[in-house]
Amino acid sequence: MRNVWIVFKRELIAYFTTPLAYVLIFIFTLLSLGLTFYFGGFIEQGDASLSSFFSFHGWIYIIFGPAIGMRLWSEENRTGTTELLLTMPISPWNAIAGKFLAAAVTLAVALLFTVGIVFTVYSLGQPDGATIWSGYIGSYLVGLASIALTCAFSAVTRNPITCLLISVTLCLILVLIGFAPIIDFLRGAHMNTLADICNSMSFTWHLGELARGNMRIQSLVYLITLAGFCLFLTSVFIRSKRS
Amino acid sequence: MIEIKNLSKHFGPKVAVDNLSLSVQKGEVLGFLGPNGAGKSTTMRMITGYLPPSAGSVTVGGEDMLDSPNAAKRKIGYLPESAPLYQDMTVTSFLNFAAELRGMNGSAKKDAVSKAIDTCFLHKVRHQAIDTLSKGYRHRTCLAQAIIHDPEVLILDEPTDGLDPNQKDVVRNLIKEMGKTKAIIFSTHILEEVEACCSRAIIIDQGRIVADGTPIELRRRATRAGSVHVKIEGPSGSDIRQELSNLRNAGNVDGEAAANGFTGVIRPRNKASNGALSAEIYGLCQSKGLQLLELHEDQGRLDDMFRELTSQTQA
Repeated sequence: MRNVWIVFKRELIAYFTTPLAYVLIFIFTLLSLGLTFYFGGFIEQGDASLSSFFSFHGWIYIIFGPAIGMRLWSEENRTGTTELLLTMPISPWNAIAGKFLAAAVTLAVALLFTVGIVFTVYSLGQPDGATIWSGYIGSYLVGLASIALTCAFSAVTRNPITCLLISVTLCLILVLIGFAPIIDFLRGAHMNTLADICNSMSFTWHLGELARGNMRIQSLVYLITLAGFCLFLTSVFIRSKRS
Repeated sequence: MIEIKNLSKHFGPKVAVDNLSLSVQKGEVLGFLGPNGAGKSTTMRMITGYLPPSAGSVTVGGEDMLDSPNAAKRKIGYLPESAPLYQDMTVTSFLNFAAELRGMNGSAKKDAVSKAIDTCFLHKVRHQAIDTLSKGYRHRTCLAQAIIHDPEVLILDEPTDGLDPNQKDVVRNLIKEMGKTKAIIFSTHILEEVEACCSRAIIIDQGRIVADGTPIELRRRATRAGSVHVKIEGPSGSDIRQELSNLRNAGNVDGEAAANGFTGVIRPRNKASNGALSAEIYGLCQSKGLQLLELHEDQGRLDDMFRELTSQTQA
């Protein structure tokens, strides 16, 4: 636990001593609020809910998750510090957990900067507090899953851009397979089972359900399992790279 | 302190380290020599637990690297090749990080960091960001990280690579000093370095040990070692040459006989007959009334030895 904390501290400082975290948080806040007001018809809807706000998060995480997570291991691989870190008397899991938690905190800070919209919607009407919580939890979990996925691929490359491209593609797929037009197309072609499978594996559907206040245990379990599996994959990649 | 048994590493079909065994005791500084790609770094990476071996075992201070990696890693300080560092940290924060990972806290950590800064002469740059440091300082920062917990075992992969002659000297003296109380393995391309600070040297080629001994022993194994260069003045050159080849310890006699003497090289019949040939030549000159103007026994050079052992495979 102590080792996780030491790595976590170093990584968090690394995020906030370079402009990276500030730029990403700024862009995240700008995009999530901007998209909601301009394209989400937030005001026009006349509905005191944040479901349109959260529905954009899935799309934003396609870029944002990989952008936060890409440096986690690829930078260490590039500069060779992996060798330093993994010859310290700590287990690779300590390092993986510490790094992931630092990225998770950065994501939390980014989400925290959007709470302005919560006050807005409270001033507009009487929103359901539980739904807002559920939406934030859903958004956070989808963000964590996209970071974990990026983390896994950053372990196999020394180039952050390669990692970014691979992870963006995978996140895009996870969003698209729940995208309404694609699901409708599959159903139209009488591929209902496939449509259901795609839906249940997508970020879009789980985020949508949680944003509507539908706090289903399956969604939580799926997103947490996906993140956990990706972190496990990270440890496998780290080990396989060395043997 | 360090026991390596039948260590092998394969990368796909390529054999990087081939059934290598060696042991290093406390107080020993082992120089690790070999051409590029001989398996030096791979071996060191296996000793430090970075690479898992394909076969064989590594034991450090009685702890097996595969069975109890953390206990074994605690005993090791490691300077990886090209001295990697976290560019975004300052020297002090980096050393604090290393000390914390080594389990230090509070005043023990503070003392360890300031001691490492002193030992590696980093005082001037201790608050500087690592990415602004010159190569010499970077190397020493990474070295400071390796010695911060006063480990029993030091593994240094090319610790003097890219340093200027003064910095090299500083690092060499550090190694020599620390070698009194630790077991040290360091790799290098610079052969004079081995003679300057190693108590023992190993030459590896294609993942195998091809020579193991003190630098002097290795040097003596070079083909030219033990040859005696002479310049003798006397009545007739050709007679002297004949006399020389009749000596009990003389092998091949090479050189020019002139009317008034002989200049040349006499190879010993048997390299082990250390110094005997010189004594015989001296005796011969005395008894025959010849003037011995020059007598010099070749001590052999580590470079020659290194080339002879490792060049066949490169052709």
